[in-house]
Amino acid sequence: MPLPYYVSPEQMMKDKAEYARKGISRGRSIVTLEIRDGILLVAENPSTLLHKVSEIYDRIAFAGVGKYNEFENLRIAGIRHADIKGYSYSRGDVTAKALANAYSQALGNIFTQDIKPFEVEVLVAEVAEGNGTRNEIYHILYDGTIEDERNYAAMGGQADEIRRFLKDHFREGLPLDEALQLGVRALTVTQNKTLSERDLEVAVLDRTKERRKFRRIPPEALSQLLGTQR
Amino acid sequence: MNDERWQHLFRDHANSSFSDLLRRDSPHLFPGPATRSSAEPAAESVPHGTTVLALRYRDGVFMAGDRQATAGYQVASRRIEKIFKADDLSGVGIAGAAGPAMEMAKLFQTELEHYEKVEGDNLSLDGKANKLGQMIRMNLQAAMMGLAVVPIFAGFDEKAGVGRLFKYDITGGRYEETNYDAQGSGSKDARDSLKKLWRRDMSRDEALRVSLEALIDAADEDVGTGGPDLVRGIFPSVKTITRSGFGDVTDDEVKRVCETILSERTKTGNGG
Repeated sequence: MPLPYYVSPEQMMKDKAEYARKGISRGRSIVTLEIRDGILLVAENPSTLLHKVSEIYDRIAFAGVGKYNEFENLRIAGIRHADIKGYSYSRGDVTAKALANAYSQALGNIFTQDIKPFEVEVLVAEVAEGNGTRNEIYHILYDGTIEDERNYAAMGGQADEIRRFLKDHFREGLPLDEALQLGVRALTVTQNKTLSERDLEVAVLDRTKERRKFRRIPPEALSQLLGTQR
Repeated sequence: MNDERWQHLFRDHANSSFSDLLRRDSPHLFPGPATRSSAEPAAESVPHGTTVLALRYRDGVFMAGDRQATAGYQVASRRIEKIFKADDLSGVGIAGAAGPAMEMAKLFQTELEHYEKVEGDNLSLDGKANKLGQMIRMNLQAAMMGLAVVPIFAGFDEKAGVGRLFKYDITGGRYEETNYDAQGSGSKDARDSLKKLWRRDMSRDEALRVSLEALIDAADEDVGTGGPDLVRGIFPSVKTITRSGFGDVTDDEVKRVCETILSERTKTGNGG
């Protein structure tokens, strides 16, 4: 009887992590910025139909990079979690923290137990109500590692460079148009091309909106917001 | 090769339905008839919503309801809300057993929002109306014990560019009405009133006046329906659904029109 190959756990984890990182680094990036009236999410995404950024609940948004079918599954699972929780308790009891923990557990389990890890990173953002509470941004990696971010977050292929750029250029309390221009500059920091409104998917968690804070910014409005610079 | 592993993904078209999800994952949260040991009907002791109505006008639909919940011969609540926003372009007015009706309205709201988020697109107005019918049918067992829920559903149909309204029976039967409809214990009186007053292509002001006339008539004739309460400052709730969304008519405006109607009726010396 042939013996199964022995692979040391260290080696196995290393291989899986390398595999997942490779998949993620091929994808385009997403930046998230805390702005004056909420949270801005900017993704480089030429498709207008397949979203990388979407609404989860009243104050909560989701963003994913990597393999589309994998983060799409996670997105739907998140909507289900949020809607069931909000239905059985109250809308105010649905929090980004619980959701981010669920994602972290799920991705951690998949990473250790499945042969193929998910090649995704996801981000869960919750905009503060404005009564002294703070915005929350959670960044969850392919192996379930979870980090909470302040002011800005980046994920995807060039995340490290983008983070470095934002560290130098981020300012608190930016209005939407300036923040958007900063976000777009951050996305192009490692590339020689410029991004037009057709290459972008942009959404905000807008604190000034009633109940459902999530709002997509359509391309027409985008070109206006970007155009103010020129 | 085992095709079952992926083929179910195509059959699972209920993927974006919240009520199906709830029934599958958390059946204990799913609204349904409470099991009762005695066969005695509970209807008498349970608060019932009384009169709601919907009517079409030039820009869309009006929905209005009185504010009273009635249990037997008692007032259970003077301030309940019977017209709920279902989503940006539709609303549901509830009549019948108040508890199950409000639960159903909440489930319906969540259903529409869930679908919108998962699919990234809104259900058609027909799709929404159909879904509500299915929910009413699921309540049939409770309806037979006297806890019937009979809503009115109204909304703005973006494709057709018109307001539309639907009424239901307790078995979930769905009937589209072209002009107006009312539900609840005072519905007959409200409908009689609407029959005389409703006209095609009314303006917003005319439609508001007609809605309130009908509700005041219902309150006049039906013991379960509450009229405008000048002492406590409680007035019928009135909503509009148009191309630009679901909107409230403010209490002040409703109050003003109610007072006009009442003072005109005082002058003529008869109730109607």
